Amino acid sequence: MADFLIESIGLPEWLAWTVMAGVAAFLILNVIAGGALVFIWAERKIAARIQDRLGPTRTGGRFGWLQSLADGIKLLAKEDLMPEGADGMLFRIAPYVSFCASFCAFIALPFAFDFVGQRLNVGVFFVVAVLGLEVFGVILAGYASASKWSLFGAMREAAQVVSYEVPLGMCVVVPVMLAGTMDLVTIAEKQAGWFTSWYLFHDPFTFVIFWVYVTCAVASVNRAPFDLAEAESELVAGFHTEYSGLRWSFFFMAEYGSMFLVSALAALLFLGGWNGPIPVAQLLGLSEGTGDTAHYLVRLIGCGNLLLKATLGVLIMMWVRWTLPRLRIDQVMATCLKYCTPIAAAMFAGAMLWQLFLPGGLIPGLGRPAGEIREGWLEGPGGMTAAPAAAPNEKPNETPSKKVAQVVR
Amino acid sequence: MTGATLLAAINFHTLLFLLFAGLACGFAVAVVLADNVVRMALYLVLSLASTAGLFFLAGAEFIGAMQLMIYVGGTLVLLVFGVMLTAQAPFVSIKTSTGDRVLAGVVAASLLALLLQAAFSVDVWRRPGVGEVAPPAATPLGMALVGARVDEPAAGAPATAVRSGYLLPFEIVSIHLLVVLVGAAYLARAKRRRTPRAIEVAASVESPSESVQSTGSRAAATGTASALVSGGSR
Repeated sequence: MADFLIESIGLPEWLAWTVMAGVAAFLILNVIAGGALVFIWAERKIAARIQDRLGPTRTGGRFGWLQSLADGIKLLAKEDLMPEGADGMLFRIAPYVSFCASFCAFIALPFAFDFVGQRLNVGVFFVVAVLGLEVFGVILAGYASASKWSLFGAMREAAQVVSYEVPLGMCVVVPVMLAGTMDLVTIAEKQAGWFTSWYLFHDPFTFVIFWVYVTCAVASVNRAPFDLAEAESELVAGFHTEYSGLRWSFFFMAEYGSMFLVSALAALLFLGGWNGPIPVAQLLGLSEGTGDTAHYLVRLIGCGNLLLKATLGVLIMMWVRWTLPRLRIDQVMATCLKYCTPIAAAMFAGAMLWQLFLPGGLIPGLGRPAGEIREGWLEGPGGMTAAPAAAPNEKPNETPSKKVAQVVR
Repeated sequence: MTGATLLAAINFHTLLFLLFAGLACGFAVAVVLADNVVRMALYLVLSLASTAGLFFLAGAEFIGAMQLMIYVGGTLVLLVFGVMLTAQAPFVSIKTSTGDRVLAGVVAASLLALLLQAAFSVDVWRRPGVGEVAPPAATPLGMALVGARVDEPAAGAPATAVRSGYLLPFEIVSIHLLVVLVGAAYLARAKRRRTPRAIEVAASVESPSESVQSTGSRAAATGTASALVSGGSR
């Protein structure tokens, strides 16, 4: 896109890159903020329905569509309080630390083949690493609030998140191992085709480890039944007890952003990313070769696919939240150390052995032949563009997708 | 016009490098100057995150993500966690004495001199050219760190002799770190009298009216207390 701005419109290079970065940042910010608005409304409706209530019904029509917007205005207008004994600087900066961590992880998250803020060849690793930073804001908030409830919440959060990073990392490693790359774009691209080529259905071990991933993901973003950091029946509101107004809402945007992020990561790693269960575009004959418009259309459908899967993941998290009771801290730790970690380790070993002994799957022919897989990392940024075999511009069967893959850089 | 040319002359890479380097150095100085442990941790996070930014800028995404995961996500979270567990007035707020500052200054200055000397002794700094692909193998230094020296053999030694790598010094440094951790735990440990064991507390709570001094009732109270404890653990 930056190249397009430079070549077609004639913008100077620095301006083109700034505009490009600004557009990407704006889009990501709106995915988080707009997503949070929708998800908060959905959460209230789902909670209400599960508890046999109606939920918001008045603001903005029959279903209370505008409830979140009204809430937002209320939060903006609220007084910004700070406890007397609080460490002012840390208290103010903590929500932004949380939000920045959540936001930064979206940079490397692809929404479709070319729709990615910055394609990194260690995308998975980056997302997991940055996601782990969110806890730092929570700890700072708990410490700086000068309140014992906040401190308790922060301590629980720190213990929980640091523990759950271990099984989460093990779960994430399995798709990385199957795909042979940490590039999220390539991992998703390798699952193209029918839903049978999704890594969820790759072998029994990946099927099990997906559910371990779901457990760990819910725990690492502090959602019920693992929301001990804000257990309202014991700790008032946990780490954000002393927060009000916009600072409080930053914590919530970070939480909903992280929920969406881990769901999207689950979709990318296990559920085929932007490849739908049925390759509709392929069946219709829309592929990268059909021309620029069709190619773009395919990307848009893929983006919709990923957003749909991620939203479904968030909705499932809400369903779980309003169904299961909250665990005690020792149960949380036992779940992590006694169940998730050993299961993840065993499944990792199992998936490895499966790859060694049954690389073609149980029923040969169902999976996608390895030859068809587009090696995205070969032509992507930082890839071996100079390797003679993979020089994209000299290939006779050049497709627009490869061109765009370069333009994105 | 001059403004536009000036802006066009700016190298984005250099600008971002200066930005991240400045942030890293500035927050590093703030770590030294701050006197609250948690604030120090925050500045250290920001400094290390800026360093990660430098790595990303250099295209070393794996090292950058490693930096974020190990230092910022792991070590510092544990550090703050430890501070909160052991927080006591003399350790949360650290006032550095002038002698310590002078000593630290001398050490830092000598380290800086060494690094500058090393940096300026390199003939030419260059970025990998376009289309140049680094060999996908570990560097000799990386191999030496795991114990195998693949660089040229020592002078005078037979060519087949296996030279020891840097594994032993590396492990010694790790042990040193462990010692530091134990020492830190000892320093931060709560200095208080021996707390009564749970069974004694239970005994004294259980039989407030009875004289706990008499051995008979004491045994009885201990019996109930142990029953309580075992019941609780069930």
